[in-house]
Amino acid sequence: MNKEVKNVESALEGLQDNMTIMLGGFGLCGIPENSIQQMVKTGVKGLTCISNNAGVDDFGLGLLLQEKQIKKMISSYVGENDEFERQMLSGELEVDLIPQGSLAERCRAGGAGIPAFYTPAGFGTEVAEGKEVREFNGKPHILESALTADFAIVKAWKGDTEGNLIYKATARNFNPMMAMAGKITIAEVEELVPAGELDPNEIHTAGIFVQRIFQGEKFEKRIEQRTVRQK
Amino acid sequence: MSLDKIGIAKRIAQELRNGWYVNLGIGIPTLVANYIPKGIEVEFQSENGILGMGPFPFDGDEDADLINAGKQTITALKGAVYFDSATSFAMIRGQHVQLTVLGAMEVAQNGDIANWKIPGKMVKGMGGAMDLVASADNIIVAMMHTNRAGASKILKECSLPLTGVNCVRKVVTNLAVMDIKDGKFHLVERAPGVSVEEIVAATEGELVVPDNVPEMVLD
Repeated sequence: MNKEVKNVESALEGLQDNMTIMLGGFGLCGIPENSIQQMVKTGVKGLTCISNNAGVDDFGLGLLLQEKQIKKMISSYVGENDEFERQMLSGELEVDLIPQGSLAERCRAGGAGIPAFYTPAGFGTEVAEGKEVREFNGKPHILESALTADFAIVKAWKGDTEGNLIYKATARNFNPMMAMAGKITIAEVEELVPAGELDPNEIHTAGIFVQRIFQGEKFEKRIEQRTVRQK
Repeated sequence: MSLDKIGIAKRIAQELRNGWYVNLGIGIPTLVANYIPKGIEVEFQSENGILGMGPFPFDGDEDADLINAGKQTITALKGAVYFDSATSFAMIRGQHVQLTVLGAMEVAQNGDIANWKIPGKMVKGMGGAMDLVASADNIIVAMMHTNRAGASKILKECSLPLTGVNCVRKVVTNLAVMDIKDGKFHLVERAPGVSVEEIVAATEGELVVPDNVPEMVLD
C-alpha cells in the first residue's frame, strides 16, 4: 500500500489544537525536525507532547515551547532546555516526568494492545503516587498504563513507499515504539525509496504501523554535545 | 588528600569484572570507561540504544546519529549493536546488565538514593535512573561526600525526592568507599591521606568503622 505523501504539509494534514502528539528522538538525535518546524508554522496550540526530551531552546521541541504551543509535556529528562524549566517552574507548562524505561514501554504497550503493565521502576518515589502497587516474587511493582497519540511523528534514515523504516545508529531510540502507538503515524525519512528497494531482513519498523511517509526537505541534524578526541 | 573526579572513577573501575555489561551514568561515572583494569573485558551499554560503546570520535568524525545517554558524540566498537529504547530497558529491567554506576545528590543508610529533583529549584527529570536503580542488583554510586557548603550527602534519610528505595549497595566518594548493609554505611576504604576521623565527621548517616580501614590503592 502506498503511504507516500508529497511533503511535510500534507503529512501533517488534520493536525489540530489540543491533540496529543508523540515525537521520536533522544535529545536532538533522531527527532522529526522537518515536522516540528512545520508544526511551528501552522501555529497549532494546546498540544500534549510525548517525547523523551524537550529539545534545546532553539531547536527541536524547544521551538514549539518558545511559541507556547505546548500545554503539556510527557518526558523523562528535560535538563537541556532553560525555557522549558522556566515554564514548568512558573506553572505555565504542565509536565509529567516519567522514568525513561517506563515511557518506552508505555508507548510500546499502547501500540501493542497491552493496556497496562507492572514495573519496579519508581516504586517508593513520587512516580508511584496514586498508582496500584503489587508484589511479584517478593518485590513491589507499580502499575503503569499504556500511551497512545493522535499523531505519532517519527524520523527514520531510510523508508520505502510502503512505510517500511530503517533507522540509523542511536537515532532509533523511541521511534519504533512511537510508530506503533499513533492513531496516525507520520514518518519523515532522509531517503525515500520505491517499495522493493529495502531488504526485508533489514527493516526495523513494518509499514503497517505507518500511515504517511515523506522525504524531509532538509536535515540539520544538530549535535547537542560535540565531544571529540585528537588524532 | 581527597580524590578528584578522576580518582573516584579510577577506584570504581577496580570493581569491574571480566565479562560484565556495564551501564555508566552521566558525569563521574562516564569517566570510569577510561580506567578499565588491564586484562578485564567489559562492554558498555548506553540506555539510548547502544551496546559496545567506544571512545569519543576523532575530530571531524562526529556523527549526529551516534550519541550516548549524555548526548555526547561517541563511536561504536567492533561487535557493537544498536537497539530501540524498549529493548534497552528490557536489558536493564531484565537484569542482563551486571553493573550500574550513577551519580547522586544524596544517599541514605538504607540504600535510598535521590538524584533527579530539587523541589522548586531544579527539575531535570529522572531519565533512566529510576529504571536502573529499581532493577539492578549491583549499583555503585559515585559522588562527592559533602556539598559545596560542607554538609554531608551521606545521610540517615534522604531529604530530596527519591529516585529509588533500598537499592544502593556501594558508594565511592572523594573520601571513602562504603558498603551499605543492614541499614548502615560500612567504611571499607579511605582515600589516600584521608583519616577515618575526617570521614566520620563528613558522614551524617550511621557509619560502621572497622578496626582497620585500608587506604585505597590507585595508580
